[in-house]
Amino acid sequence: MGEVVLVTGVARQLGGRFVRRVQRDPEVDRVIAVDAVPPEHHLGGADFVRADIRQPAIAKILAEYGVDTVVHMDVTATALGSGSRGSVKETNVIGTMQLLGACQKSPTVKRLVVKSSTSVYGSAPKDPAVFTETTVPKSLPSGGFAKDTVEVEGYVRGFARRRPDVAVCVLRFANILGPTADSPLAEYFSLPVLPTVFGYDPRLQFVHEDDAVEVLRLASHEPRRGTLNSGTFNIAGDGLLLLSQCSRRLGRPTVPVLLPAVTWVGSALRTVGMTDFSPEQLRLLTHGRVVATRQMRETLGFEPKYTTAEAFADFVRSRGPGLLPPGALAGAVDRIAALPFAGGNRCAN
Amino acid sequence: MADAKVIPFDDDRSRGAAQRSPRRRSSPRRKGDAAAVSEVKTLPGRQREDARGAEPAAGPPEPARRPQEEPRGGGLDRRVAGGLAFLRRRLTGEYEVDDFGYDEELTDQVLMSLLRPFYEKYFRVEVKGVENIPAEGGALIVANHSGTLPLDGLMMQVAVHDNHPQGRHLRLLAADLVFMLPVVNELARKAGHTLACAEDAERLLERGELVGVMPEGFKGIGKPFSERYKLQRFGRGGFVSTALRAGAPIVPCSIVGAEEIYPMIGNAKTLARVLGIPYFPLTPTFPWLGPLGALPLPTKWTIQFGEPIPTDGYPLEAADDPMLMFNLTDQVREQIQHSLYKLLVQRRSVFF
Repeated sequence: MGEVVLVTGVARQLGGRFVRRVQRDPEVDRVIAVDAVPPEHHLGGADFVRADIRQPAIAKILAEYGVDTVVHMDVTATALGSGSRGSVKETNVIGTMQLLGACQKSPTVKRLVVKSSTSVYGSAPKDPAVFTETTVPKSLPSGGFAKDTVEVEGYVRGFARRRPDVAVCVLRFANILGPTADSPLAEYFSLPVLPTVFGYDPRLQFVHEDDAVEVLRLASHEPRRGTLNSGTFNIAGDGLLLLSQCSRRLGRPTVPVLLPAVTWVGSALRTVGMTDFSPEQLRLLTHGRVVATRQMRETLGFEPKYTTAEAFADFVRSRGPGLLPPGALAGAVDRIAALPFAGGNRCAN
Repeated sequence: MADAKVIPFDDDRSRGAAQRSPRRRSSPRRKGDAAAVSEVKTLPGRQREDARGAEPAAGPPEPARRPQEEPRGGGLDRRVAGGLAFLRRRLTGEYEVDDFGYDEELTDQVLMSLLRPFYEKYFRVEVKGVENIPAEGGALIVANHSGTLPLDGLMMQVAVHDNHPQGRHLRLLAADLVFMLPVVNELARKAGHTLACAEDAERLLERGELVGVMPEGFKGIGKPFSERYKLQRFGRGGFVSTALRAGAPIVPCSIVGAEEIYPMIGNAKTLARVLGIPYFPLTPTFPWLGPLGALPLPTKWTIQFGEPIPTDGYPLEAADDPMLMFNLTDQVREQIQHSLYKLLVQRRSVFF
């Protein structure tokens, strides 16, 4: 008798990929994919159940299929299609409450995996440079997706207290990037010209979507020998990139905007419908955020395949060149180096 | 004209200079040093330009150099090629930054070169006891803080890097105000500074970095001129428990000369509160002369690194023993104060 895995938020690219991947695992018997809207991508052989996790109906699904592993991926920053911020928040917070309530009632659930985000740490100048899982942020996020994640994690902790027999794993992902990623940051990096905050060069960390799927898989099965997959873990690729490095590697010019004017520019861009500049994303792009991943390596036993720089490079390949392609710039510098007065004729390096 | 051959100030200094020259050769900016400096008088200045030109805005300065290049072109060629390689890396974003945002390449090639004229020509910093800084592994350098603006920290950073035989980089711990100001926070992170908190300091020490801290904080840097060279309270001694946890030695450091760069004769407290800064200095020249008044006085500085205080002999729970913390804090403080007085007695004048 294999596992029966229930996955929420499968209408998203990442959810879909995870569903397709986890079905191929030998220990998995059946995958129940749940979302309020039918996904545009195929889900392999998974059973799609159209259900809104904000409704108590989710409890019936858990009981009907005898689900033993719940992977909650429906905690998201932006709405799919044309949802308002209000409905996103409701799905994040109320949806999580309903789902956890259903799990608490269900005698079969043995394992719960929650996709959270490193935005629970907020970003503030007074915070330490590197967040560990136990760091208490100096200023809690005041709203938006970051606050949702804080609340979701609060409910999950409460659930873990009430159901100590269920293995609970909270994965705090850094920004997920990759060829199909549809996160707000990926949208931001797709702008032809990147507005940045003048005088700040935030440190950013990325996870490749392949790694995100892998780590979710790892957390949803029995732990491997010598590792433990219940608890809270930061998930991020090695190293970091500064925003200025990102823009140069992308080949997209930046426009520094003074901090007081940033909110105004952000709302202008939102009105035009180009991107969603939420306050917590603005703070990320001002102060940056770096997390420690020692727990992920030593306790969870997960080694990401992509470093932050490699994940970003893969994202860049999928997006095509910007206005200032790095290759062209490098070529221009090489041409200067090759000019006779620059000494290139005598010194090839 | 920053990088002309350094005039040895004393034994320490000349020994340091002799030892570091082979290491320096690896940096493109200095590549021509050995050969070029003696004959071509304009070169040192050009080197500076080169370092600055590495930022995207400046155009390639090559054409003007051509006439001088002929006699000994090899060194210059290599330097130009190095400069262009640097420019290429910067423009394409292919450079490394550590977890704290420290950009070693930018610091070495640009930021240090911008500070060096102040270090060598303006404040004529004399460095003593650089052998007290360990050659490897983590260590905590604890220094006095003064001068209204934290120039002493920056000079200490240059002093360690330029005089230490291994050319170690000092990672300074800075106040949170630094990380709230635009531009300043960006430069501070890139120069390897980070927030003065136990987590960051411990992480740096664990990685075997040299960490610089000024525990007096704003109390030291913003004290009135009349209290110069009187050490203020050393915070709550958090730096000692951090060093104990990491088992890193504490190197006391005394900086003489920084107190007089901006003689703070008054403090506009109301204005400071309005601006949200800890103090608003009034000096004989600032703010009366406007931006000109913000020029520091060209005092002569001495930076002395004292005997390291080992911290690895203590038991594990010692870091939580307040009595031991206070004793060690006092010991460090006394040592710095003592060598400050000694240096002051030896000093001939404030400016020479």
